[in-house]
Amino acid sequence: MVKEKENSKFPPLVDGKSQYDLTSGKYLRVWQGPQHPGITGNMSLELTICGDEIIDCKTHVGYLHRGFEKLMERRKYIQCFPVVCRICVPEPDFNEYLFAACTEELAGIQIPERAEWIRTLNLEMARLTSFLMWIGGQAGSFGMGTIGQWTVTLRDYMLDLFEELTGGRIYHMYMLPGGVRADFPPGWINKLLDTLKTVEKTLDDVELAMMHNAVFKMRAKGLGIITPDMVDKYGITGPNARAAGVARDIRKDSPYLVYDKLDFEIVTGTKSDAYGRCEVRIKEMYQSIDLIRQIVEKMPKEGPFFTKLPNVLHWRIPAGHTYKRAECTRGEYGFYVQSDGSDKPRRTYVRGPSYTHAVALMEHLAIRTNIADTAGLMVSLHTYPPEIER
Amino acid sequence: MSLKDIIAPFSVWKRALEKPYTNRKPIETRPGADRYRGFHQNAIDQCIGCGTCEEICQNNAIDLVPLEGKTSSHGDSGLRPKIDYGRCCWCALCVDICPTGSLGMSNEYIWITTDPEDFRFIPGGESKPWDDRAEGYRRAEGYDLLEAERVEMPMLSFEESQKSFIEMVQGYSKEQAMEEADRCVACGICIATCPAHMDVPAYIEAIRNDDMGEGLKIVYNANPLPASCGRVCSHACEYVCAMKHKGEAISIRWLKRYIIDQIYLGDYKEILKSADESNGKKIAVIGSGPGGLSAAYYLRLLGYEITVFDANEKAGGMLRYGIPEYRLPYEQVDKDVEYIRQLGVTINQDLKIGVDRDFKSLYDEYDAIFFSTGLKDPYGLEIAGEDLPGVQSGLDILDEVTKGKTPDIGKSVVVVGGGNVAMDAARTSRRYGAEVTILYRRREVDMPADEEEIHESQGEGCKLVTQAIPLRVEKGDSTRLKLFFGMAEMVDQGEGQRPKPVLIEGSEEVIECDSVITAIGQEADYSFIPEEIGKNLVFNRGMVQINEFRQTGDSKIFAGGDIANRKRDAISAIADGHSAAKGIDIYLTNFKEK
Repeated sequence: MVKEKENSKFPPLVDGKSQYDLTSGKYLRVWQGPQHPGITGNMSLELTICGDEIIDCKTHVGYLHRGFEKLMERRKYIQCFPVVCRICVPEPDFNEYLFAACTEELAGIQIPERAEWIRTLNLEMARLTSFLMWIGGQAGSFGMGTIGQWTVTLRDYMLDLFEELTGGRIYHMYMLPGGVRADFPPGWINKLLDTLKTVEKTLDDVELAMMHNAVFKMRAKGLGIITPDMVDKYGITGPNARAAGVARDIRKDSPYLVYDKLDFEIVTGTKSDAYGRCEVRIKEMYQSIDLIRQIVEKMPKEGPFFTKLPNVLHWRIPAGHTYKRAECTRGEYGFYVQSDGSDKPRRTYVRGPSYTHAVALMEHLAIRTNIADTAGLMVSLHTYPPEIER
Repeated sequence: MSLKDIIAPFSVWKRALEKPYTNRKPIETRPGADRYRGFHQNAIDQCIGCGTCEEICQNNAIDLVPLEGKTSSHGDSGLRPKIDYGRCCWCALCVDICPTGSLGMSNEYIWITTDPEDFRFIPGGESKPWDDRAEGYRRAEGYDLLEAERVEMPMLSFEESQKSFIEMVQGYSKEQAMEEADRCVACGICIATCPAHMDVPAYIEAIRNDDMGEGLKIVYNANPLPASCGRVCSHACEYVCAMKHKGEAISIRWLKRYIIDQIYLGDYKEILKSADESNGKKIAVIGSGPGGLSAAYYLRLLGYEITVFDANEKAGGMLRYGIPEYRLPYEQVDKDVEYIRQLGVTINQDLKIGVDRDFKSLYDEYDAIFFSTGLKDPYGLEIAGEDLPGVQSGLDILDEVTKGKTPDIGKSVVVVGGGNVAMDAARTSRRYGAEVTILYRRREVDMPADEEEIHESQGEGCKLVTQAIPLRVEKGDSTRLKLFFGMAEMVDQGEGQRPKPVLIEGSEEVIECDSVITAIGQEADYSFIPEEIGKNLVFNRGMVQINEFRQTGDSKIFAGGDIANRKRDAISAIADGHSAAKGIDIYLTNFKEK
């Protein structure tokens, strides 16, 4: 926070709240979103500005509430499987994986080894695909639309791969309790490796055009600084925390699936501002590409990918509860599932990382930034509102 | 900030020379991937309308509706899935779970129409451009939501079984029964086919819930002889089971037996409903086979006073005297009969109507009569030497064994016939140490006996000779008899007719044996019905004509079982008894004598 100076145009803070008087004519309240292109998804910011600087920010969510957690209370476990992916549109796979993993743990099911490798491959592909979409937003919000066009095309190439593997481009509905739904189609792995080469090549171009761009540097450096002491206070996870030097990555800290068999290091930065977070994310994209290549090389080439389940139409899961988490592109994604022994989950709670990043943290970071930078700031936190409102 | 930061962004220009990513012809449609989950396809003749797709759909997007040109039949509800694409989420769980494998998805995803109603249609029933598309989502090999194979039933080995009358099928344990019950998709296709319309999915659910009391109640709602039926029912339900399209049918019969085996007879009273208070009306039931006992049970529940008259020493009819103990132990028949007796039904044994008691007196004394006397008189072979000692009927052998006598069959036996009685007689003979040959005049596929009976009889060492027609019996040299038979060829009789066996001239062969057991069918004996009453009844090819309430030409007389029902099995007789009970109740409640 900028230190209060005398003669500041900013109103005084009392108990952390800005004391401004709207009737003075000095301040203006504007809404950004929910349809503003600078807002990631359907949420809105209620900004109070003084000139072009923000003195207060309130976040509003609720435009996208579909009640998934409640819907699942009335659906059998297998019927929840097509529902969960819709919780997060750009990166649905983590929902599929975590719901399946929770169900499997509660039911005491061990999936085949190959299914674990395929799931890991799928999650890393999902991370890469999600990051490719994020670059589009990040570059676009600072006026570099060209880069966004490149990466959205790459994302489409990744979606082609998903389509061929799973039968769906956006909602893959591939990882279900018991394993995965199908094996790789013929020639798919080669196509995947070719696509990775294309992505890698373009990423090199992106790095050059974006990370070494004077305009981008000027605007992104120092924007929305997250200090290491804020990390626990705000519940910050993922690249937002790692850019601040906090080496936290669930894939390393409590490895799930086959991450303990893969060779990688946690990517960290030294300063978590919009630029620093960007750097970490781009490094993580290269990391994902490397992990996918490792998986393809190390995974068993043959074997079952699905384990027999009890009849899913009347599958009852023993009473119990569990929390499973995984490292998605935005941080810790978690599913809490409670079973009362019936054929439907009694309670499902979804922890989306965007909840902490897009609401309280955004309100804090937005203050005293320029209104033109709000969009860039918000994208740099990489939030997806659908998972805020489950 | 460095000079590089100023120059580097211009690197984007180098891409201006590259081939564009975008499609140059955006109008051209891009086909979905081979596995794409697009609009549904349904092989309409393969589909049985079981509704499992509807059951799993989490959006209620699927509705089973009648389709023009499709009528319901055994094993087909006549309904087909109609999909509402305003609700469908394209998850394809319906495709994964479809037991017949008829449902699939094409890779078509573009379809433009201005009428929103068009997006609700019956795939396969309403012609669409993607109906024959080979590409699209199908359930992958190695992934299945249903279990195609049934839980194996513990059985005695053939080596052991042919030495004793111990029950061959040993029954499921709790774990096995629950596992088997879990396979059921609860579609209910079986209910329509079961002659007694037993609520099979409901009692299978009771097994899954480990609620045997509930299971017993559901079973008794439609079948008061479940201990017997759980062992020897002809299980028409299993032939139409949706899971049979995928692999093996649910073991419906064994699951019913499992419920009954878990509950002591002494506990039945607490679980099942008791009889209504007596309404003072009296019904006579002639014959204590499944038909008679079923009518007696349901009428007794309604408060009628029931007297059963039976010619044998013990009740049960063919269940006891026609089925060997290794298939249906007598104590199981006792269990069924005993509960009906406990309910207040009087059963008079060793009392033959027409001999010990006059039919007319029953007719005058009782408010209504139900008779289900069965088929007792075996058909003869109509060949020379049939009256030689050693030629006997299969039913007589089975009857003797039940009565505790050792049948005089010798060391080698030829059984003539291909039905269940023939199999029972053959396998019983095996248990008395005889070498057994079964002669049947048609092919094995034409045999009316249950598949497993044929399989087990062969497993126990009975030799099967098909397309063999007995010609004459003569006295043997080293053995008691010699049976001469000729081989037959099957002559096509045109569409819809089964091929007829015709003797191949000069193909005579001979078997030396001690006994020839005939089991080629049997007929009813109506001699106990006096002329003055009998003239009101209508007979057709040896069977009593009845209406849907099993009422005969004489409004006071009802009939059922083998004498009135071409299916000639226990469950059909039980269904007849149940329907007759309803019919008698309606008749006695609504119609007064003029």
